[in-house]
Amino acid sequence: MAEEYVVQMKKIEKVYSNGVAANQGVDFNLKKGEIHALMGENGAGKSTLMKMLFGMEQPTSGEIVINGESVVLSSPSVAISKGIGMVHQHFMLVPSLSVAENMVLGMAPRKGLFVDRAKCVEITKEYSEKFNLHVEPEMRVADIPVGMKQKVEILKALVRGAKILILDEPTAVLTAQETQELFKELISLKDQGYTIVFISHKLNEIKEITNRITIMRNGRSMWVYETEKVTKEEISRLMVGRDVVLNVQKDEAKPADTVLKVRDLEYVNEWNKKMLDHVSFDVRKGEILGIAGVEGNGQKELIDMLFSMDTPDSGSAEVQGKSIIGINQQKIREMGVSLVPEDRMLYGIAGKATIEENVISDRSGSKKLNNGPLFNMKAIHELSEQLVKDYTVLCKSPKQQVGMLSGGNIQKVVVAREFSNDPVLILADQPTRGIDVGATEFIRKKLVELSRSGIAVLLVSADLAEVMELSDSLIVMHDGKIVAYFEDTKKLTDEEMGEYMLGLKEQSPEEIGRVCHE
Amino acid sequence: MGNLLNNMITPEFFFSIFRISAPILYATLAAIVVEKAGFSNIGLEGLMMFSALFGSLASYYSGSWFIGFLAALVVGVAMSLLMGFFAFQLKTDIILVGIAINMMGSGGTLFLCKVITGITEGKAMASTTGLITSGLCIPNINIPIIGSIPFIGRVISGHSLLTYLAFVLCFLTSLMLYRTSLGLNIRAVGENHNAAASVGVSVLKIKYIAIGFSGLMSGFGGAFMSMSYAQGWSLDMVAGRGFIALAAQAMGGGECFGGMLSSLLFGFAQALGIKFSAVGLDSNLASPIPYAITIISLAIFGIIRKQKAKKPRTES
Repeated sequence: MAEEYVVQMKKIEKVYSNGVAANQGVDFNLKKGEIHALMGENGAGKSTLMKMLFGMEQPTSGEIVINGESVVLSSPSVAISKGIGMVHQHFMLVPSLSVAENMVLGMAPRKGLFVDRAKCVEITKEYSEKFNLHVEPEMRVADIPVGMKQKVEILKALVRGAKILILDEPTAVLTAQETQELFKELISLKDQGYTIVFISHKLNEIKEITNRITIMRNGRSMWVYETEKVTKEEISRLMVGRDVVLNVQKDEAKPADTVLKVRDLEYVNEWNKKMLDHVSFDVRKGEILGIAGVEGNGQKELIDMLFSMDTPDSGSAEVQGKSIIGINQQKIREMGVSLVPEDRMLYGIAGKATIEENVISDRSGSKKLNNGPLFNMKAIHELSEQLVKDYTVLCKSPKQQVGMLSGGNIQKVVVAREFSNDPVLILADQPTRGIDVGATEFIRKKLVELSRSGIAVLLVSADLAEVMELSDSLIVMHDGKIVAYFEDTKKLTDEEMGEYMLGLKEQSPEEIGRVCHE
Repeated sequence: MGNLLNNMITPEFFFSIFRISAPILYATLAAIVVEKAGFSNIGLEGLMMFSALFGSLASYYSGSWFIGFLAALVVGVAMSLLMGFFAFQLKTDIILVGIAINMMGSGGTLFLCKVITGITEGKAMASTTGLITSGLCIPNINIPIIGSIPFIGRVISGHSLLTYLAFVLCFLTSLMLYRTSLGLNIRAVGENHNAAASVGVSVLKIKYIAIGFSGLMSGFGGAFMSMSYAQGWSLDMVAGRGFIALAAQAMGGGECFGGMLSSLLFGFAQALGIKFSAVGLDSNLASPIPYAITIISLAIFGIIRKQKAKKPRTES
């Protein structure tokens, strides 16, 4: 039986040096000439598994067998020599070089001392025609559209002799037409005997082109199916099931006046992809409105717009009647908006500064903390001591560097600052991602507590359990659109959520419109 | 003013522009290649100082200009690879490594010179701050037919071997960058090292080659300084050319041809400074001229580039 597989990954374990177990006993098999979907939520371990197959990471234990031969893939070059090619989500191309030069990089044909340019172009054309992947060999990569860049990436793998292609969310950056084109090309490759691993969250795509599916959850490969023998609904249930039930007590929400009013926000990104499509909703005092959705469906862009990190193409966003579009962050903060950013190391803290400096960074100009032109050090010490105590930040003293703390404590410092400045609206973007259970519980309780005291909370989270447990009501985003609104999160099941998140279902405009409380 | 013009439009003046530009051009080529590979080598000044010293020393002891010349190249390359080792493998900031090399190139060379030669003040061949090796210079070349053309002949012919070589190498470097797979790899590593690594190009190797190339060019530049431009080595004789080269690299848009034009501009500025003092301008006023031109031309260049960037890119 073994010879029917071109790739066998057996009992793969991967534990990172920080102790995170990304893969635990994963089995993954590929048959020759199939398109195989690898599915799972963010953090389920798909990327880690594929990085090991492409030699970018080494498994802690386990075996990889390619064409019946046990191999050690110590680097991408080794993986390439074994016939494996990978198309990364972020393209590995050199923008100022031509398509042809990118194609032959590292293996350029020569004529004497020089690169044989004509040959480069010829090779590119040959492969382009052979696989029916249209590219412009002489154009600079910087000047070609995203869809063509992806074709260059696929050709790059093919020209290096890849028989097994790994495509990491290839359609995430493509328009609908480009996606259809890609599918045709992939099917034609499959018919020529190539094996393709297709990582995607999009169920329709998976059903359309794949033969088999492996579904991962929490670092384990849980199920393998023939695609035709499983329904989209089943896949979604398997993918987004909840494992842990949280226990955050909360009273009934008593929503009052609208604090944040968002209407018809639209945003098209630099690759002409619509990331926000007529997004409208309200967040009221005293409620937590959750935004659920697979990452990359517009949540990040929405938060960027609401905190003025970017400007929408059209639409409005108001906090207590005043527009927050395109004004600077200091002004937004003065209006009572707080942000717990998704990337805490980049936007949340200054790692080399002390806890004290970080907690006062949003209010360093305030009268309370200053004596004329100089800081009132006593007031600053008192404030930071108090915050460290209130938010149970584990540290030697508030003078410790923030970067030296654990992830959970760093997040507590961010939260201490953002929650303590009398906000009227808190934007919490993945507030508990990657932090320990204790800190997670603390932050969740704090969010509930604040909302019950009359603050409006907008919660974005890829953690389904979190967004369902914490939110009073919930909107689901898919493809830049709000596709569902649930007034009462308690009545919602995982299955229902999954179907909306993965774009199988969409509510009527009237149903969605209820999120605007006018 | 008329006096100055008369002094300028002479074959000697144009001849001096080329002569002065040559070491700047070498260093500029060094800067161009490392920038293409994605980093900066601000230690070119120091590398040239070491090469200049060892070129001088080796010719002094061997009695052969050729051996001195080779020593300059070897020392330039070796020192630059050492820089690479500190920066790429011991993970020191490359700018700090560059600063260290520059400081050693100033004080360290004089120290080495004294230790190696045991020269004390007053001896025949040396002074407190230098080493005189007249008679061991890299030969000048008179080009047969061109040399006899009036005016132009006297501008072009009779230069040091290394002056000609600088301009030849400018052309060859451009060829290397744009026509060979090495150049392709260098540019790929500089722009997106992940992309290069993902197709099996060794990023570390390419970076070593790039910094080694910068050392080689500094070797040529250093040898030119102590074995052609001046007849021997003296303290701080490179006099900022390694830094001017960084400006020339930027002004030339990071390309060889542009870098050559920039080097010539700086050469012209220095030649002009010399002329100004020759016509009686106070040397305190004349000597800042090259540096003032550097600053002004960089400012103009910056403005032009900014305006270019403003224009919307045409979509294909």
